[in-house]
Amino acid sequence: MSRILKAIILCSVALVLLVSPAYSKVDVVKIGVIYPLTGTSASTGNDYVAAYQLAADIINNVTNIDFPFAKTVGIPSLGNAKIEFVPADSQGNAEVGKAEAERLITTIKPAALMGCHHSAVTKTASQAAEQYGIPFLCPDSTSPALTERGYEYFFRSGPTDNTFIEDAFQFIADVDKAKGTKTQTVALVSEDTEFGKNILNVEKDLANKLGYKIVETITFANNSTNLSSEVLRLKQANPDVIFMAAYTSDTILFMKTFKEQRYYPRAIIGQRAGFIAPELFQTIGKDADYLFTTNVWAADLGVARPIVKTINDMYKKKTGKDLTGDYARAFTGAFVMADAINRAGSLDPEAIKKALLETNLPGKDLIVPWEGVKFDQKTHQNMYGKTIITQFSNGSYKTVWPLNLASTPVVWPVPGWDKR
Amino acid sequence: MNPFQVLIQTIVNGLLLGSIIALVAIGIAIIRGVMDMVNFAQGEFLMLGMYASYWINVKWNLDPLVSAPITIALMFILGVIVYKVLIARVIEAPMLAQMLLTFGLSIVLVNVGLFLWGSQFKTIPNVLVKGTISIGGVMVSLNALVPALVSLLMAGAVYWFLMKTRMGRAFQATSMNKKAAALVGIDTQTVYALAFGLAAACAGLAGSVLSISYYIFPGVGSVFNLYAFVAVCLGGFGSIPGAFIGGLMIGVSDSLAGFYISAAFKYVVAFGIYLVTVIFKPKGLFGW
Repeated sequence: MSRILKAIILCSVALVLLVSPAYSKVDVVKIGVIYPLTGTSASTGNDYVAAYQLAADIINNVTNIDFPFAKTVGIPSLGNAKIEFVPADSQGNAEVGKAEAERLITTIKPAALMGCHHSAVTKTASQAAEQYGIPFLCPDSTSPALTERGYEYFFRSGPTDNTFIEDAFQFIADVDKAKGTKTQTVALVSEDTEFGKNILNVEKDLANKLGYKIVETITFANNSTNLSSEVLRLKQANPDVIFMAAYTSDTILFMKTFKEQRYYPRAIIGQRAGFIAPELFQTIGKDADYLFTTNVWAADLGVARPIVKTINDMYKKKTGKDLTGDYARAFTGAFVMADAINRAGSLDPEAIKKALLETNLPGKDLIVPWEGVKFDQKTHQNMYGKTIITQFSNGSYKTVWPLNLASTPVVWPVPGWDKR
Repeated sequence: MNPFQVLIQTIVNGLLLGSIIALVAIGIAIIRGVMDMVNFAQGEFLMLGMYASYWINVKWNLDPLVSAPITIALMFILGVIVYKVLIARVIEAPMLAQMLLTFGLSIVLVNVGLFLWGSQFKTIPNVLVKGTISIGGVMVSLNALVPALVSLLMAGAVYWFLMKTRMGRAFQATSMNKKAAALVGIDTQTVYALAFGLAAACAGLAGSVLSISYYIFPGVGSVFNLYAFVAVCLGGFGSIPGAFIGGLMIGVSDSLAGFYISAAFKYVVAFGIYLVTVIFKPKGLFGW
């Protein structure tokens, strides 16, 4: 008798154990977000987290705006489960980033990971995710190598450095046509770390392919004391357009030296970094006027698309700051992830991976100026990411390209120092 | 610009850069010459001098050139305090202990700067001296010319002080033989404290004149430190004119190599000259 009783109890326990997961309700969808929350990039990291929290607010509550997930509560297909972005601190360090990814995966059991701003950290943290078979969506790092590794669980929604450079050349072609100028010669100026070197290689290839003559190539030391011989070389080579990849201190020094030597080409086109750092304008003021840079985002995109302004205002209310390209990309990534989980209808990593591969978001559902989000089936790189070109004017960046998003007419060629 | 103008422009740029290097190098040379120790924190003193000029400008709207005496005085006091509190404890210790102490001090100062003022780049707007003059097609930036002239004056003044004044002779005596100097009644502790204060004051002056043209951030010292050390070694450790000329040599070689060979190559040439010099003259060009 007791044996039969035991068997019945065991069977019913086994049955409960087997069946219960299928019926257990998902309350919270946890996504780990890894960013530098301490150290020199701390303020950037914390602003990223604020962007994710804003995304969670919109997804989890009914918000009266015209945006995906705004009118519903949580993830509809998972019984309106709330989404929670759990921050972890990479300290901007690749090793720490990987350790934090492992810690998140083994403790909070996230449905997916996101991050990590620095390409080097994204590289190692996504290694951990790949080992554990957890989807990793990177919205922000731009090193092309990340999506060239052939990882199964790694996706990137933001554009890569290659896209920025291709668009910069496209911008020159378009503006030449519009203004009746003819750009023939270019000079390529890059700082000497990973960032500048990658960009220089891509620029060289593209310039040669598109038939621009490279009249000067300069690689300078990051954090230089003095750039006068570099500027003198540029002045002697006299290119139509200078392409420049530099961090903040060198960008400031270059602009000061250009002015001292009273030299300005038809245009200087920067590759983000120092050219989108707020300190550039704070330190050199009006001398920054007319500088071009590739960019991900600018506040004036809200002129053409009101939803962009609405989201920016919500972010500003939360943090006191405007969105930047970084945070706008992270915010977008959060919605790409929510969309995939909603379509997967489950927290199973394989289902989420499959849903990510099937992602097809139109540009109108995004606050970034992209054509949409659709991942390449092999590399998992978003094929529809776009960049914009902005030109500095009166202390802020104005979008001048692509033309359908331009808020201000482009000033081209740029007036020299004596004509300002 | 014709090739001759370009050559002159390159040399002028090099001299302007070199005199800035010399500004930092002179401070290192004083401490090395008098106390026979290497101060790795000299670049950070420069950074503090720049921040002092910056904050005086923010609070009282004084131009860095006007506030230079205040900055110099503040830095002199700081130098004496640093000597009394830290350096005096290791002055008899092995060289390694002294080096580690000043190296540690430089790290502490950079991080205190990061903590207090953040890592943002700052510049002083609306300075008195600005603009560029053109002399026969050669562009000379006025706010780079001021540091160059000050550097020359400072090197001259420090040299005059050490060679011609009674106190300067006490400095020399202490540097040659500390015990003998003490025997004839020189208070060597005071001499050391004053030497350290003088070096810090030089950094204060350098900070004042540099802050009108350069960006200011906590790591700015390290930007100049390396070249300044090479200038000191090149000129001969402890020699004030040597440090000044060493700075100019580094500046001009940097500028010439950067223009005529390749920008990526300028460090190779500047440090190459240094290597060749120490192979043939291990004590530097003007070393004892």
